[in-house]
Amino acid sequence: MTQNNRLSGGQIDRNTTVNFRFDNRSYTAHPGDTLASALLANDVRLIGRSFKYHRPRGLLTAGSEEPNGIVELRTGARKEPNTRATTIEMFDGLEANSQNRWPSLKFDALAVNDLFSNFLSAGFYYKTFMWPAAFWEKVYEPIIRRAAGLGSLSMEADPDEYDKGFRHCDLLIIGAGPSGLMAALTAGRAGADVILADEDFKLGGRLNSETFSVGDQNASDWAAQAVAELSAMPNVRLMTRTTVIGAFDHGIYGAVERTGDHLATLPVGKPRQILWRIYTKKALLCAGATERPIAFENNDRPGIIMASALRTYANRFAVTASQRVAIFTNNDDGHRTAADLHAKGVHISAVIDVREDAPTNYDYEVLSGAQVIDTKGRLGLTFVEVALPDGSTRTLDCGALGVSGGWNPNVHLTCHQRGRPVWNEDLDAFVPGSNLPVGLSVAGAANGVMSTHGALQSGANSAAEALELTNALPELPAAEDAPVSQKPFWYVEGCKRAWLDQQNDVTVKDVKLSYQEGFRSVEHLKRYTTLGMATDQGKTSNISALAIMAEVAGKSIPETGTTIFRPPYTPVPIATFAGRMKGQEFHPTRLTPSHYWAKERGAVFVEVGNWLRAQWFPLPGETHWRESVDREVRQTRASVGVCDCTTLGKIDVQGTDAAAFLNRVYANGFAKLAVGKTRYGLMLREDGMVMDDGTAARLAEDHFVVTTTTANAVSVYRHMEFVRQCLFPDMDVQLISTTEAWAQYAVAGPNSRKLLQKIVDPEFDISNETFPFMACGNVTVCGGLRARLFRISFSGELAFEIAVPSRYGDAMMRHLMAQGEEFDVTPYGTEALGVMRIEKGHAAGSELNGTTTALNLGMGKMVSKKKDSIGSTLSEREALNEPDVLKLVGIKPVSPEEKITAGGHLMNTDGPVDAAHDQGYVTSAVYSPILNSNIGLGLLKNGSDRMGEKMRLVSPLTNLTVDVEIVSAHFVDPEGERLRA
Amino acid sequence: MHDLVAITALSGAEPRVDAVGGVTCTEYPGVAIASVAARLGQEAAARKALSNLIGAPAPDVGQLAGETVKAFWASPDQWMIEAPFGTHEDIADQVKAAVGGTASVTEQTDGWTRFDLKGEHIPAVLELMCMLDLRKIDSGSASRCAIHHIGCFVLCRSPELFSIYGPRSSAGSLHHAIITAMRSAL
Amino acid sequence: MIINHPLLGPRDASEFTYLGDASLIDRPDWQDENAADAFYEYGYLRDNPAGKHQELWFHEAGDRSWLVVTRDTTTHEIFKVELARDVARARGRSK
Repeated sequence: MTQNNRLSGGQIDRNTTVNFRFDNRSYTAHPGDTLASALLANDVRLIGRSFKYHRPRGLLTAGSEEPNGIVELRTGARKEPNTRATTIEMFDGLEANSQNRWPSLKFDALAVNDLFSNFLSAGFYYKTFMWPAAFWEKVYEPIIRRAAGLGSLSMEADPDEYDKGFRHCDLLIIGAGPSGLMAALTAGRAGADVILADEDFKLGGRLNSETFSVGDQNASDWAAQAVAELSAMPNVRLMTRTTVIGAFDHGIYGAVERTGDHLATLPVGKPRQILWRIYTKKALLCAGATERPIAFENNDRPGIIMASALRTYANRFAVTASQRVAIFTNNDDGHRTAADLHAKGVHISAVIDVREDAPTNYDYEVLSGAQVIDTKGRLGLTFVEVALPDGSTRTLDCGALGVSGGWNPNVHLTCHQRGRPVWNEDLDAFVPGSNLPVGLSVAGAANGVMSTHGALQSGANSAAEALELTNALPELPAAEDAPVSQKPFWYVEGCKRAWLDQQNDVTVKDVKLSYQEGFRSVEHLKRYTTLGMATDQGKTSNISALAIMAEVAGKSIPETGTTIFRPPYTPVPIATFAGRMKGQEFHPTRLTPSHYWAKERGAVFVEVGNWLRAQWFPLPGETHWRESVDREVRQTRASVGVCDCTTLGKIDVQGTDAAAFLNRVYANGFAKLAVGKTRYGLMLREDGMVMDDGTAARLAEDHFVVTTTTANAVSVYRHMEFVRQCLFPDMDVQLISTTEAWAQYAVAGPNSRKLLQKIVDPEFDISNETFPFMACGNVTVCGGLRARLFRISFSGELAFEIAVPSRYGDAMMRHLMAQGEEFDVTPYGTEALGVMRIEKGHAAGSELNGTTTALNLGMGKMVSKKKDSIGSTLSEREALNEPDVLKLVGIKPVSPEEKITAGGHLMNTDGPVDAAHDQGYVTSAVYSPILNSNIGLGLLKNGSDRMGEKMRLVSPLTNLTVDVEIVSAHFVDPEGERLRA
Repeated sequence: MHDLVAITALSGAEPRVDAVGGVTCTEYPGVAIASVAARLGQEAAARKALSNLIGAPAPDVGQLAGETVKAFWASPDQWMIEAPFGTHEDIADQVKAAVGGTASVTEQTDGWTRFDLKGEHIPAVLELMCMLDLRKIDSGSASRCAIHHIGCFVLCRSPELFSIYGPRSSAGSLHHAIITAMRSAL
Repeated sequence: MIINHPLLGPRDASEFTYLGDASLIDRPDWQDENAADAFYEYGYLRDNPAGKHQELWFHEAGDRSWLVVTRDTTTHEIFKVELARDVARARGRSK
């Protein structure tokens, strides 16, 4: 294919030709093109089908505001639907496809919707798909999804990398048009730390689209020279291809840098996009303005394009949409397009200007006081029909129509913190209001300053003001300073189908209809008609719709109000928000020092918070997890087992007030705990509910090591710091976490001492006499390695916990296994740990569920009344101490093989099964290989007085009813003889 | 001497070294660490003792100081002490002896994993990982921050040598974050 | 949001964990004759102002200081940031 619509000039690299494919046809283009400009160069005007009616559509704009020209870019897993052809930078091998059409773009079966458009008006879905309700999910929704659609997903994982980053600057300048460049030059020359970000791949904004001069240079050359000067400044960072998507609190801006979208293939390890969080002292919005259309009959045909976009295509990309172009305008700027195209040899069919006094001193025809009343051309524009002021009509032959309805300042970021724009009568547009995000100011066209000279001047001034510069401002180059001359004109009267929101297929009539149906608020209008809710967020349609709504309501536009602009400014892939935190790296993973040893043993792991813990260790031949778990329990209770308990939180508590401090954070007392002893500690929240439990070992008079549950390690530390800093600031106590520093192993079972005696150096006597239950101390192991030994038990067996510096954890575990061989030692995982603690009746996470008190858990007496501790006062509340409060009990099915379920509720043997008769619930349930029975723990009203009672365990959700018996929670060794052995 | 063999936080017998575009990331297990927290009312005495230990004034907020034995600021009246592991494996005892009753000392050696970044353009890597204002960071600064949701210390020893301390259990995730950032930035 | 830490300077709010009303510093005396009522109020009754509010933030990914941040709940403007320990002492808390 040849590029028939290529013009002379432009800012493309004509020396290089690249190939691309659109809808499986090959075309050529040049670096510097966008997909949009390349398609126009190749005379492709039809690009997609509309959302609802499947009408043929082409490009409307040349920028990121594009509603129509959206395509599926790339193929396979990298396919990206709903990508604006106007922002896709051309590269060799680019492949794109039109979307929302079947079987082909030129013949789309669902275009039949267009014939039924009378039935598909505003609120169609709400009105039609109402009944029967059951039809929604199965019938209506799938049909709507298939018919009304955008692009399709690849359904494969995105193979590319995405990244996140953080930058800081004195001044962030958003937009690198005339005001942004001048602001950057002003700030940069003054030595300020500046970031200049622009969504385009070529900095310069409108300067790259115009033919006038700045200073003694062509506008785009001046921009290039300014960019060159800025690039050489070490204090200025230029971020091209970077869209600032949102203005957040305290000068934080979100920005998406498209680092790889313009490359055919990404270099290994390089991200496709980076989401930057930019911390600014000051920010300057130089986002320019967006031209708005005029609505008229059939104004959506491919070839009907914004006049300023035609100018961009001609001047920057050296492309015309057609060799015959007409312009429809209400302002002087439209004439500029005609002049530029005419100068490039394009035939101007006529300029249709709604103003009676339109300027006419051109080499082509100007139709003053005229309006476009219809257009023709099934898949692309062929004719426009014009109504002349004398009432006659005329048909103009043209393949493209440029439309100019005036310019809307891009105020979006000024509204991200609920700032409201204000109406400007001179521009007939909203300009930024006074309540801007703190630190943000606005310059250039974004602030309603529409001339190039004005933009340069306001850029320089705003930068100087923001940075409080006192030195002289740089001299401004001479530039055009034409005043805005236009007549407000939103739509042509009497149209049947004049499109406002082309992506969501909303017409002038839809807006009027919704008003008639009672939708008076613009927010309601938006949601009822879906105007402005497409991927372009109504950048080209919102204001026109407001104007029409104001007209039918008989109000002014500012009285009618605006909808709220929210981040992001343009669409952002979800993958960009995820950054590199995806898959396994979604959150950090914590591994214990003996993780790799456990992996070698074939352990099955479970996530506990961020930790990976071994759940069980299957042996060859074991096919079901219960086999492994039952064996681990039996082996441990019969001889000895080892469990990695490194994950328990460990907090070092030191200071002369350490004991007094623990007295405050624990409900039970610690002041009298002897050095070399450990005590169970119960921690309450201030409302009297149990927060966490653990042990505190007193290593010295002024030194404790406290453990927390794995899950609560972070929150308990935070709580203890709160108590220390906010409640008792004059206590001499210092806290620091040591969770990670020590690898800790529970060695449990009747042979645990014998095993440890082979490991602990002989000078440390760990016999029952010198190292009894709850003893603790510093020891050395394996010939001199420092270690800590605690005689504590979670399993109910004779047990110890041994801690060594983490780097030796792997070796210690291997050593324990080797030395334990003679005792038939087994490693055990969290499942066996859970079985044994339930057999022993120890409360854990399922019982410490945030709603239980010490009394509920059978530890009411532990809450000391003789001292002040967190939660002690409120734990005495009457309702928490009624005679029939829930108490921890054991639960056994009458038939041992019957399974019981955690979450099941306990009911009396007779009577109704309902909430009113609820007696309690099961918190934990396991199979006990020791008792050869299913067992459970539960909370039962007045449970401690109901031992031996028969009850029904029910779970109506799973149709479960089991006859159970209430027993002591201590299934194994209730007297505690084993752990004291 | 005991006969247990240490492994690094990344589970290797030897420290892991990765090089990307002129920057190397080296796992650095050869460091002993202890925390020092001044006792209430003893802050001045603790600073003085600390100063004697490191041969420099006790580092102020966000600072790193010292020679063989170094200290960096961690919290109000709390510092981390780092020293070569070979000579200071018993660092907690050594530090305790130096500060006496003026401060609480806790062994932290294996609580942390350390990665040293060496080379040019380290800030380009760091800006993809943490929200520190790198313009304000120069030789001798020590900052605590989150990297990939992991609480870390970032120490600038010189513009071309940074140390990142992170919790040992998260070494794999932290290493992944550093290496991907290096590949991305360099 | 940015919280201007009194020791460390401006830091991103994402480094902090929020607790709530700084009145949590004013924990009642457990031996007071109205202790039960006082603790009830302390635990459950909070002002919920639209405007200036003193609240507790913990610098979890930083120096582990608890801070009292005076913030406008409607605009997020931050007027003052203090070390909670200093505030607690100023409010008469000790051991």
